[in-house]
Amino acid sequence: MMTARSLHSLAIAGTMAGALTLSFGHAARAQDTIKIGELNSYKTQTAFLDPYKKGWELAIEQINAKGGVLGKKLEVISRDDGSTPGDAVRVADELVTREGVNIIAGTFLSHIGLAVTEFAGKKKVFFLAAEPLTDKITWQNGNKYTFRLRATTYMQVAMLLPDALAAKKKRWALVYPNFEYGQAAVATFKEMMKAKQPDIEFVTEQAPPLGKVDAGAVVQAIDDAKPDAIFNVLFGADFSKLVREGTTRGVFKDRTVVSLLSGEPEYLDPVKEEAPVGWIVTGYPWDKIKTPEYLAFLTAYQKKYNDYPRLGSIVGYVTMTSLAAGIAKAGSTDTDKLIAAFEGLKLDSPFGPFMYRASDHQATMGAYVGKIALEGGKGTMSDFKYVDGASVLPSDAEVKKLRPATE
Amino acid sequence: MSFNAFLFQALNGLSAASGLFFVAAGLSLIFGVTRIVNIAHGSLYMIGTYIAYSIATKVGGAVGFWGGIVLTALLVALIGAAIEILLLRRIYKAPELFQLLATFALVLVINDATLWIWGPEDLLGPRAPGLTGSIEVLGRRLPTYDIFLIFVGPFVLWMLHLALAKTRFGRLMRAATQDREMVGALGVNQAMLFTGVFALGALLAGLGGALQIAREPATLATDLIVIGDAFVVVVVGGMGSISGAYLAAVIIAEVKALCIGLGVVNFGGFTVNFSKLTLVAEFLVMAAVLIARPYGLLGREQVAVRSVAEPEEPLRPATAATKIAGLILLVVLVCLPLIAKNSPYTLVLGIDVLIAVLFATSLHFIMGPGGMHSFGHAAYFGLGAYGAALLVKWFAAPMGLALAAAPVLALFGALLFGWFAVRLSGVYLAMLTLAFAQIVWAAVFQWETLTGGSNGVLGVWPSAPFDSRGAFYFLTLALAVLGVFLLRKFLFAPFGYAMRAGRDSPLRAEAIGLDVKRVHWLAFAIAGAVCGIAGGLFAFAKGSISPETIGVSRSIDGLVMVLLGGIQTLTGPIVGASVYAVLQDFMMRSTEYWRALLGGIILLLVLAFPSGIVGGFVKLISRRKTTSKAAS
Repeated sequence: MMTARSLHSLAIAGTMAGALTLSFGHAARAQDTIKIGELNSYKTQTAFLDPYKKGWELAIEQINAKGGVLGKKLEVISRDDGSTPGDAVRVADELVTREGVNIIAGTFLSHIGLAVTEFAGKKKVFFLAAEPLTDKITWQNGNKYTFRLRATTYMQVAMLLPDALAAKKKRWALVYPNFEYGQAAVATFKEMMKAKQPDIEFVTEQAPPLGKVDAGAVVQAIDDAKPDAIFNVLFGADFSKLVREGTTRGVFKDRTVVSLLSGEPEYLDPVKEEAPVGWIVTGYPWDKIKTPEYLAFLTAYQKKYNDYPRLGSIVGYVTMTSLAAGIAKAGSTDTDKLIAAFEGLKLDSPFGPFMYRASDHQATMGAYVGKIALEGGKGTMSDFKYVDGASVLPSDAEVKKLRPATE
Repeated sequence: MSFNAFLFQALNGLSAASGLFFVAAGLSLIFGVTRIVNIAHGSLYMIGTYIAYSIATKVGGAVGFWGGIVLTALLVALIGAAIEILLLRRIYKAPELFQLLATFALVLVINDATLWIWGPEDLLGPRAPGLTGSIEVLGRRLPTYDIFLIFVGPFVLWMLHLALAKTRFGRLMRAATQDREMVGALGVNQAMLFTGVFALGALLAGLGGALQIAREPATLATDLIVIGDAFVVVVVGGMGSISGAYLAAVIIAEVKALCIGLGVVNFGGFTVNFSKLTLVAEFLVMAAVLIARPYGLLGREQVAVRSVAEPEEPLRPATAATKIAGLILLVVLVCLPLIAKNSPYTLVLGIDVLIAVLFATSLHFIMGPGGMHSFGHAAYFGLGAYGAALLVKWFAAPMGLALAAAPVLALFGALLFGWFAVRLSGVYLAMLTLAFAQIVWAAVFQWETLTGGSNGVLGVWPSAPFDSRGAFYFLTLALAVLGVFLLRKFLFAPFGYAMRAGRDSPLRAEAIGLDVKRVHWLAFAIAGAVCGIAGGLFAFAKGSISPETIGVSRSIDGLVMVLLGGIQTLTGPIVGASVYAVLQDFMMRSTEYWRALLGGIILLLVLAFPSGIVGGFVKLISRRKTTSKAAS
């Protein structure tokens, strides 16, 4: 006789059974492809990651059209990482245990990148961190299994330093999003500036929460501190708000502004004709680079998507071309061989040749430094130059001290 | 900071307050009349920003901008009415809070729909035609649009006030806020009234969103940012009070503007960056207000709503059949590592599901039988996780000690916060728990030297013999079963009966000598401690813990799990947590638009099982039994 209450238990059993069936039914297939696991915060960092995905899809298409690597085609298994470190670790685990990959790539936000770095070190899985900027991934929390492509917070700040010093300004205001990226960028900036310009003064520090800047009040507080120059780390929607309010209130007038990442189309394009002309920025002037390797990429990208690339496209594209080059050099997908191949791996990118350093597993792909300009009602960069990442990274001996003793 | 600078920042605060007010006023009206905690209110605001952007850029000029704002407000009102008619109207008879689940699903669906329609990029609208410049005030430049906003807030407040006081619709709304059954009994068409109120609330949200396009870009992150702020404003002002909402919006905006204005201040060698306080300022204000004035600044004591849901059946101990079924399930779970030998991922997912079950069950303990709707259960999860992780990080504590410390720290946190929380009831209690959870989150986020700030604590791995996946699974299983069993034991002990007595009839419970507050306080602490175990296990399962893991979204996940399973049954949270965790994992893998799909499935479940999955099954069976009895 079935009672209503015993049905509770049946319902539970049913649920668990459902859980089991969902997770089974995926028997291992024959290995005719090389599988790469990819995970990213596709749902929350859409502006960057949508072009990023297009970028790596283009790379995979090109690689496979040439016959793949080691005679096998590359297959990317892409996942949303749920935008939290906990989910990301589970997804990484799923890629490894269920899909059987031993190479993972991706992640955007620093804390998620770090959680996956930690996972990779523990589970001995090869991990190429594509985008997260935190220095800790390759330094304080670095491990043998983790490499990183994108120029780090430290590198981005260091690239801007010569221009910030050349401005010869004494009173600086700092504005940055209140999380690790902003904090680290400002700490690095202060330290480097003080070393070269001992009389520098930091007259105010504004650290609004990420995505929630109260722009009117913040630019006013900056103005009230009467700085000669401003160092900005805000990006995304915060950057748009800052630019609009600051321009209306005349806060940027006659002041030098040095700004991180603001020349990237992801962040510069939304402000359209209000692009803050004259700001010294790191970025990516997508329509002005004329090197042959870049033009080849640009043509292929525009042909495939009928859209122009953003910086995310470059990062996505180079992530997969890096993995292909690494696997080809290693001659296998064996984790240890792949690590050995990546250490010192040299390859070409749309930005030119770069390498993965053996000392800290950091790629030396650089960024463009220049001034924001306005052309045809759109923001772009002028007087820009490519700064090679290798030129701003600390020496091998210095980073050795920063990294934990690896086993 | 000079006096002029201070005054000027106060003006900045006033213009920010208007934006907050619109969205909060709508939320407050909807809650006052329909008792729905509309999580999708921020989504309506977000749609407002996108629609207004589209009209302003497509049509262009003053007509496109100003006409677009009006049109947007009307369109969003239509969307609101449609939501009420197509969805919410069908589930008014569900247990309290259940509608929250439906609006949560809407948040997921609307966000993905917006992404699909408008694309991933931030969209910065044009400046307001006619109000692009700035004027000189106090030696500083104030944008003319800000001045417009400063006045438009009080103007809308005044209009609303008139509408509520002078029109028939307004009188009906006020009456329904006081006693909606009576309004219904007097022959007022409740369905029309509810639709009207929901449309009005949506209109205000849409208007608020549309007005912002001159100041900030339309982005997909807006929905959750706005809803958090709006809740705080509504609660600080007093649920259902429009003037209260404006007052609260002004106070919160002013506190933030002041923090920003102060910037970095030195207190004799001790430097404080006040601008970092904006992270948590509104929650500090909310906690302070709720402790001093339990019903908000201008709110009145919440009128007891005679529940329209079917009366809840009393809890009964498990029957033999239930026990056998439970045992079978346990055996299956114990054998899982063997069954799943060829798919190790089952264990990975299994660990996550078990942790979710423990989390949801502990929340259900105070939500269901305790009647205390906690919107901040993530706090105790976080205290447990960080308690364990920090012991490992700073003292290299062995895993056993760290795991044992997790519930202890969570217990202390729950004792402290619970002491304040049980003094309130209903939605005020819910919001105070949320405020405490946000304060814990902010402390963890901000205290970088101790907690590692936004990156969190890394390197928290289980030690031998639990360093293999299978062994850790067994540990999780053992602790989860123990936790669930313990909570169940409490419920059927005199303590549990006392707790339910306090929920169902506080006066009578007091009259027979029960100290209701004390019983509920202890229940809160017990739930917190058990939740702490889940947090500790989580940290070790993932090898790291960071503030994002313990934010609002985890609290909401907990609510969703409990409501999905059925708040009125003891097995509800177990089923709800399992279904939600597995479903989410499955969806995330299968489609790009997984959030819309997940939201869609939750909506279907909501409509099919208006008392949760388990509740629905139970009802189905008991109905069949009655009909078969009647037949014989």
